[in-house]
Amino acid sequence: MNSRLAAITLNTFREAVRDRVLYNLIIFALLLVASAPLFGQISLGLEKLILVNVGLTSISIFGIIIAIFIGIGLVSKEIERKTLYTILSRPVRRWEFITGKYLGLLLTLVVNAAFMTIGFFVALLVVTRSLTRDDAGLLVAIYFIVLQFFIVTAITLLFSSFSSPVFSAVFAFALVVIGTFAEDLRNFAALTEGITKWLATGAAWLVPNFSALNVIAQVAHGEHIRPQLVLFNTLYALLYSAAAIALAVLIFERRNLK
Amino acid sequence: MPALEILGLAKSYAVGFGRKTLKTALHPLHLAVEAGEVFGFLGPNGAGKTTTLKLLMGIVFPTAGSARILGHDFHDPEIKRQIGFLPEQPYFYDYLSAPELLDYYAQLCGVAPGDRRKKIPELLERVGLPDAGKTQLRKFSKGMLQRVGIAQAIIHDPKIVFLDEPMSGLDPLGRREIRKLLQELKDQGKTVFFSTHILSDAEALCDRVAVIHKGELRGIGVVEDLQSKTHAKTEVVWHGSHALPSVAHLVSETHATGETVRAVISVQDLDALLERLRQQRAQVISVTPMHGTLEDYFLIHTSEPETAKA
Repeated sequence: MNSRLAAITLNTFREAVRDRVLYNLIIFALLLVASAPLFGQISLGLEKLILVNVGLTSISIFGIIIAIFIGIGLVSKEIERKTLYTILSRPVRRWEFITGKYLGLLLTLVVNAAFMTIGFFVALLVVTRSLTRDDAGLLVAIYFIVLQFFIVTAITLLFSSFSSPVFSAVFAFALVVIGTFAEDLRNFAALTEGITKWLATGAAWLVPNFSALNVIAQVAHGEHIRPQLVLFNTLYALLYSAAAIALAVLIFERRNLK
Repeated sequence: MPALEILGLAKSYAVGFGRKTLKTALHPLHLAVEAGEVFGFLGPNGAGKTTTLKLLMGIVFPTAGSARILGHDFHDPEIKRQIGFLPEQPYFYDYLSAPELLDYYAQLCGVAPGDRRKKIPELLERVGLPDAGKTQLRKFSKGMLQRVGIAQAIIHDPKIVFLDEPMSGLDPLGRREIRKLLQELKDQGKTVFFSTHILSDAEALCDRVAVIHKGELRGIGVVEDLQSKTHAKTEVVWHGSHALPSVAHLVSETHATGETVRAVISVQDLDALLERLRQQRAQVISVTPMHGTLEDYFLIHTSEPETAKA
């Protein structure tokens, strides 16, 4: 990584780490994870199942919220406050700025997810008294959640490169919600005919497929995740986010920053 | 080779419904600044000064024209290692301390870690912020932020420094310190291009100035030459107020204290006035030429464009 990219990445990470909103969200998420054993007590024999569902869903949802709320301001805040002026007057390429911002937020989310994972496993240990080899499968689900962060951050940054923060947030949330039902959209496309089929198929391929990246229910029931799916999801998340970032760079390269 | 050559840079913005109307922010601008010069870019608010600087920094893209900085195309990212820039009313990352901010900007310019550690305290001392320490910039006053802004513009030891209204927000003491700093940069052989509407700063610091108004270059030259282009006047003091009625049509302003009269007249009327005073047997005490000021030149070229063009 070149030094400018590294500097922008680390500064973005530092900005997020010093933002109090982030801590509020993390504390709230950790409380939710910690409270999962209480939910289990009201449903005997299902403690672990509920803990896994609540815990992993919390890591996913709060990570996505953080990605969107920080992501929408990544570019627009720099333009609005004119901090970008002093960046672009240096030997910084615009693609380095966008990529650095992306990697910085991603780093924040990964570190955040790592802390929440520790909290989750501590809660799991409290409930089950011991961890088994099968519990390592939970890490695959968390890895897929991190892959979701790759995509959410990229699409938020894409919207942020040309739109206002409010619209960026609306677009990004909408895509996440639609992406969660991507499989249903594909099934719907398969059932339709004519132009509806074309449109539904196009939309199904265009929106991020978050349903393939959500294996929380499977791992909660102790199902094994196939290595092929891990490989496919990794490639998918990398390509999808690379395409979104490339598009963000293309837009930003041509943008007049008033 | 000039340090800066602006070759017809122009900028128009599409405005209005459907963005069909073009609003010209900067007409094609031609300008050259020599190496080692302190160049003042003068103009009232909205004249096109900031647009010019934004174009040069690659923040907005020109509609036409180009520029060369130190002989290189102004879009060449590598030439930006030699450029320092302070935007107007700068706002920096307020979660950082001054040393952290300078370290960040120095990293972006490729300054080695060892040099950064050495230079940052030195520079903070130089801009009058030796005790900035770990205080976050959100707690800084406007004047302190301006000083940090100057420091970030020169942290990487650039050859040419662009400053947009560097004195704005500073108290008289702060302005004097920044003037001193700009003089130091000049003494180090740096080229300084700064925009301002505070004419006393330009008069005190600049080798040459350009006046821009409504996006158009209205004048350029050495400060003294521009001052002499304004209508020079002469102050005449004489003893004998009885002569006043006979010369009243020649003088533009008069002030009598007892028998002593002070009058201001245009240079071409001087001979006629002296002849009349002799005829009236008044005693001439002094004849003092009055130089035009940069302010006179500025006002002529910005408030009455038609006259100025003529």
